[in-house]
Amino acid sequence: MATRGFTGRRPPEATRERLPPGQYLTDDFPVLQIGPNPQIDLAAWRFTLREGARPIKAWSWDAFQALPRTRWGGDIHCVTKWSKFDTAWEGVSFDDLLADAGIAAPTDYLLAEGYDDYTTNVPVADLTGGKAMVATLYDGQPIPLDHGGPARLLVPHLYFWKSAKWVKGLRFTAKDEAGFWELRGYHMYGDPWREQRFTGD
Amino acid sequence: MTDLPWTVWREAVITEIAPVTPRVKRFVLAAGFDGFRPGQHVDVRLTAEDGYQAQRSYSIASAPDGTGTIELMIEGLDGGEVSGFFQEVAEVGDRIELRGPIGGSFAWGPEEGGPLLLVGGGSGVVPLLAMLRHRARAAPEIPCRLIYSVRSRAEAIALDELEVRARDEPGFGLHLLTTREGAGRRIDGAVVAAALADLGIPARCFVCGSNPFVGAASALLLAAGLRPATIRTERFGG
Repeated sequence: MATRGFTGRRPPEATRERLPPGQYLTDDFPVLQIGPNPQIDLAAWRFTLREGARPIKAWSWDAFQALPRTRWGGDIHCVTKWSKFDTAWEGVSFDDLLADAGIAAPTDYLLAEGYDDYTTNVPVADLTGGKAMVATLYDGQPIPLDHGGPARLLVPHLYFWKSAKWVKGLRFTAKDEAGFWELRGYHMYGDPWREQRFTGD
Repeated sequence: MTDLPWTVWREAVITEIAPVTPRVKRFVLAAGFDGFRPGQHVDVRLTAEDGYQAQRSYSIASAPDGTGTIELMIEGLDGGEVSGFFQEVAEVGDRIELRGPIGGSFAWGPEEGGPLLLVGGGSGVVPLLAMLRHRARAAPEIPCRLIYSVRSRAEAIALDELEVRARDEPGFGLHLLTTREGAGRRIDGAVVAAALADLGIPARCFVCGSNPFVGAASALLLAAGLRPATIRTERFGG
């Protein structure tokens, strides 16, 4: 259905090719979250891999800093419709976390858990092979608290609600269990190129 | 009333347009759904003749009233692709695609109880307006305070209504702050303390506005001793 009188302001062709459907480009870095920023003390910070309730491996901040580093640069897409191009992140890849823990992923799914009790589900296959990291630097600097620092999950090929802020661990689950937004009707997978914003999209 | 799932795009007809402030217009739409919770938003999708589309999210300002209509307050942003259409092109009778209601976290209903503290900056007051309107009708016994920070009285959305409600509704109070008018005051610890002294410890706080406003206001609420789990935030802009 065409909207009477709407012509739109089309971005240049080079931009349009990089924008998933329904997205627009922003130069800002908007902040979206469900509540206040949590207060996180680096001395008490832990990152924990769990299978169900059972801890597999936990790292302190210093131990985490000693892990192999990975860089990723590219575009990120938020379900609230902004996209941001050429973002630069550094952290520890999911592959390197598993290697340091000395395990293969015990199940096919997991829930990322934040210090604010936020959760979001991601298939393991979307994290392995260099596709995701736990990032601690943005643009070469420690990630600001507003943007999920000291550490956030980065799964840039999915809508950004999957890249949990203030991440404190990953919990492997036997089945694909819905996280915070997924329980409220957001898509279980969230591929921006298929515009999977909500259940049924 | 249609009973489509909220994720399905539907056509809504604009039934009313009126200026609210120099930058904000209100739009009443026959949306075809009524079962929403105050605080939720809708996604709006505009389509050009060649199929090019643009989407944006807008909070619902009205309380659910069984009529199947919703009210949006749309601020004209400089060079805004969608807000510009609403400011300059949209007319009564136009059909707009939308879907919703969306959002489960930033929403309030009487079942969540009170007291209820609302903190809004600029157009961030819109979803809070839905909450306080709903409270007045559905649960007037729940105490409620609104801290509303705006540049000037002329830019305050629904100011007449808010002042009438503060005068006439027992249990509702308004703390209006104008940042660029009179003495010019921003939200600070004293404002929060005054609202809390009035209200008691809120069971729920909702904070909405620009990113810096929400950051500052939530930090003040935490500093006043409110529990993080009781505070819900929504940030506009980007």
